[in-house]
Amino acid sequence: MDTKKTSLYQLHQDSKAKFVEFAGYQMPIQYSEGIVEEHRYTRNHSGIFDVSHMGQLFIYGQEDLVDDLERIFPLDLKNLKLNHSKYSFLMSDNAGIYDDLIITKIKDGFLIILNAACKENDYKILKELLNDKYKMILDEERSLIAIQGPKSVEILKSVIQGVENLNFMSGNWFTLDDHNIYVTRSGYTGEDGFEVSLTNEFADRFTRRLIDKGAKLIGLGARDTLRLEAGLCLYGHELSKDKTPVEANLKWAISKERILKGNFIGSDIITKQLNHGVNKIRVGIKPEGRIIAREKTKIYNESNSEIGEITSGTFGPSVNGPVAMGYVENKFSKKDTKIFLEVRGKKHPATICGLPFYKKSYVKGVN
Amino acid sequence: MSEVKFSKEHEWIILEGEIATIGITKHATEMLGDIVFAELPEKGSNVEKDGTAGVVESTKAASDVYTPVSGEVIDLNQSIVDDPSKINQDPENSAWFFKLKIKDKSEMDTLMSKDEYDIFAKESSA
Repeated sequence: MDTKKTSLYQLHQDSKAKFVEFAGYQMPIQYSEGIVEEHRYTRNHSGIFDVSHMGQLFIYGQEDLVDDLERIFPLDLKNLKLNHSKYSFLMSDNAGIYDDLIITKIKDGFLIILNAACKENDYKILKELLNDKYKMILDEERSLIAIQGPKSVEILKSVIQGVENLNFMSGNWFTLDDHNIYVTRSGYTGEDGFEVSLTNEFADRFTRRLIDKGAKLIGLGARDTLRLEAGLCLYGHELSKDKTPVEANLKWAISKERILKGNFIGSDIITKQLNHGVNKIRVGIKPEGRIIAREKTKIYNESNSEIGEITSGTFGPSVNGPVAMGYVENKFSKKDTKIFLEVRGKKHPATICGLPFYKKSYVKGVN
Repeated sequence: MSEVKFSKEHEWIILEGEIATIGITKHATEMLGDIVFAELPEKGSNVEKDGTAGVVESTKAASDVYTPVSGEVIDLNQSIVDDPSKINQDPENSAWFFKLKIKDKSEMDTLMSKDEYDIFAKESSA
């Protein structure tokens, strides 16, 4: 199968991107300045991320759609206000995670942002669960551009007036040069920022305007170090079909109201795990010194028993040291627990720590 | 001082008397990206030609460092362990990795000259 290209492919090439294949797309892993510099630029200034490979699923319907989606997602969608967003999951009957996603209430329905590698499967699952009752469009005609970092609000508002009034996890439609653009204040870097959904034909021109205002293109490499420092999960690493949201330590994303009532896919397992605990749970891990423990690194306790495995690990440029996340047996998950990581045959000391590694600065209330 | 020689694993080596200084090439650092971790062999240990003699890691992945000749490790560059970004800044000079007391000088003959390496590097990255 040929790999797909996003609408920004030419721009990536012009910007000397190194490409990798990711979820069937040719995506930029980094540009000429490199991952560490791109990471720092996002933390200190403003970075642009082409996330057009992600799925933009529009589902149209009224009250009965809200009821049907509440049987799928552990969210209080009846009380989700227009243009407000929630983080959630698509789960199997035993609460395994098919995908993590952001769902936004829009006029006439919902917009769901899905992971690139999962979007086709998610579409199939949702279509079946909704009995093909609603108009569903996995929109390939739109691109998705994230702009992240402390200067992003100044830069984006100089191009689209009014975005500065959006609160975190809310959005709105804007018009620019006769193009309809949906902007949400959100992102996946631990920084204040926005995600901009716009037509493919306008994406290149729009992004070049952001670059003219001082934002820089950032590749998937820095996106990974940024999200890991922010303690955010990546599907296929922290999240998969054999992990539940409770095990992933994401119970904050499950509506308390909905847990009391149950009646969503996976609710039996979720309720059981919330009441009786889980065997393994996701934690933050800080290796001592500079040793980097990558995915699949085995974790041991002080008496040399294997207690878990790393799911993501790298060097965090803002933390200026190694950072990791992984799953450990629940009884070893307490903050400050001493553990050991087996790297290249040697066991290296590390500590269970709180997340995030890097303190976020989301804008919560502007008005 | 002898001329600098290069290995297919992208190490450079300079021999002064019996002492060989070894590091990784600029081309290697460009392929690796930002280096954020370096591990060196143990001082006093004996390393064999083409055997592993350290590790470098970028934000993305770990790569082994090989020794182009056999010998005893007699000195290490601790400054690149303390600040691995030095390897990207000055790979073929101040950011050397380790020094060996060379066992068999004829092993130097198996290595590439600067011109040969430049062609090799160009072809291997194409």
